[in-house]
Amino acid sequence: MTQLHLNEATYQCEAGESVLDALTRQGVAVPSSCRSGVCQTCMMQAAADANVPRAAQNGLKSTLQAQNYFLACVCHPTEDMTVSLPDSSDRLLPATVTAIRPLNDEILCVGLDCPSLQDYRAGQFINLYRDAGFSRSYSLASVPTDSYLRLHVRRLPDGRMSNWIHDQLKIGDSLHISAPVGSCFYLPGAAEQPLLLIGTGSGLAPLMGILRDALNREHSGEIHLYHGSRDRAGLYLVDELRELAEHHPNFHYTPCVSSEPATSGCKSGRAVDVALAEHPDLAGWRVYLCGNPDMVKSARKKAYLAKAAMNDIYADAFVAVAS
Amino acid sequence: MANELFHKLGGEAAVNAAVDVFYRRVLSDDRISDFFEDVDMERQAAKQKAFLTMAFGGPVNYSGADMRKGHAHLVARGLNDSHFDAVVENLVASLQELNVPAELIAEVGAVCETTRNDVLNK
Ligand SMILES: Cc1cc2nc3c(=O)[nH]c(=O)nc-3n(C[C@H](O)[C@H](O)[C@H](O)COP(=O)(O)OP(=O)(O)OC[C@H]3O[C@@H](n4cnc5c(N)ncnc54)[C@H](O)[C@@H]3O)c2cc1C
Ligand code: FES
Repeated sequence: MTQLHLNEATYQCEAGESVLDALTRQGVAVPSSCRSGVCQTCMMQAAADANVPRAAQNGLKSTLQAQNYFLACVCHPTEDMTVSLPDSSDRLLPATVTAIRPLNDEILCVGLDCPSLQDYRAGQFINLYRDAGFSRSYSLASVPTDSYLRLHVRRLPDGRMSNWIHDQLKIGDSLHISAPVGSCFYLPGAAEQPLLLIGTGSGLAPLMGILRDALNREHSGEIHLYHGSRDRAGLYLVDELRELAEHHPNFHYTPCVSSEPATSGCKSGRAVDVALAEHPDLAGWRVYLCGNPDMVKSARKKAYLAKAAMNDIYADAFVAVAS
Repeated sequence: MANELFHKLGGEAAVNAAVDVFYRRVLSDDRISDFFEDVDMERQAAKQKAFLTMAFGGPVNYSGADMRKGHAHLVARGLNDSHFDAVVENLVASLQELNVPAELIAEVGAVCETTRNDVLNK
């Protein structure tokens, strides 16, 4: 058992317990969302002399690592630590809702104007705050040259944030978002490398950003996008994507439905299976996987076994809060 | 001495190249792939990296005791000498694929052999 010192008080951290679990169990309010080291909502700072476990800094910018920031939900301390909650007002950016538009029956496009956020990589995600202690991650479907940020928010049954966004959020509303997070984005450099993009549901959001970024930067290699849904009603932006494919001979779009027979322009099967059947050898490819965590997990393994290099597989799993 | 092997093989860059080839072989090998099922691939890859660094005689940060603890649950699931041999065989094949000279591969094999009893909790 180790001790956590926070604001002059001392809290116990049981063996195997995370700093987040230990503090919330003892009544300290620590913002959190994914509880699995992805969203960075639970970021805390350790004293300069603290021994921060390396795993708790995975994915943090090196500048933040150097200042001893860490993720409380994946921090299992091995010795006593003095920690603090960073002032979130320093880190959060004000944004205004500029557009709300249905993309299909369950997915809404939300436009946000955030003047202080100019610099991001298409495909990264932000944390959107309903209030100081309640946030969820949403991927950016826009590219930095767009006039506003775009999110694709899927309504989940009983989902607290997604239903609030669908039912309450209006154009003109003000809210706060975090700085962009995540490393699932397009990297210019190997312009001729073939790209495979696979997404399910609103997992199309980051892929739209990545795709448009790649096309804007004149990626010359083949780009294959597979978007999967259970049925046709779950697909969206179909016309926009078909149009992009018409204008860019190296871009190929394949919508996939898993519980319906194939129809014109639409393949039957899971997006991953259709993609891998058409591209069984991924040696030299770069692969992006976004959406349902189970899909991402199995697709990562399949892509890897199809000879994609580990470092060439980028993924954003839309993990939901397990509580 | 062992550290010299790590450098001869190309140090960390060689480990990174080998982990891709080796882990892919292991996952596709029906004799042992079950032991690698339902694990987080990234975490598993990090473990493969640690293992190869050790097998190459590089900086080691785990002891025989860790090795026993880390594999106890697999031994309970039936991990035995034949699986250990299969892993070594895949490692050798990976290094051959990467054109590592035979005498260095033999050295790597010898380092692996020293861990057999700890891995199998004998
Ligand atoms: C990196 C990242 C990027 C993401 N990008 C997007 C995106 O672009 N678009 C998008 O739509 N989503 C995205 N997500 C998912 C998003 O962050 C939220 O998880 C999602 O919107 C649900 O939030 P919620 O508050 O509406 O649902 P919650 O209230 O958190 O509930 C989540 C789901 O779990 C179920 N649930 C809740 N509690 C339990 C329980 N005890 N047992 C069983 N089931 C339960 C709920 O019914 C619901 O279906 C992303 C997630 C991550 C981590
Ligand atoms: S990173 Fe800790 S809650 Fe998401």
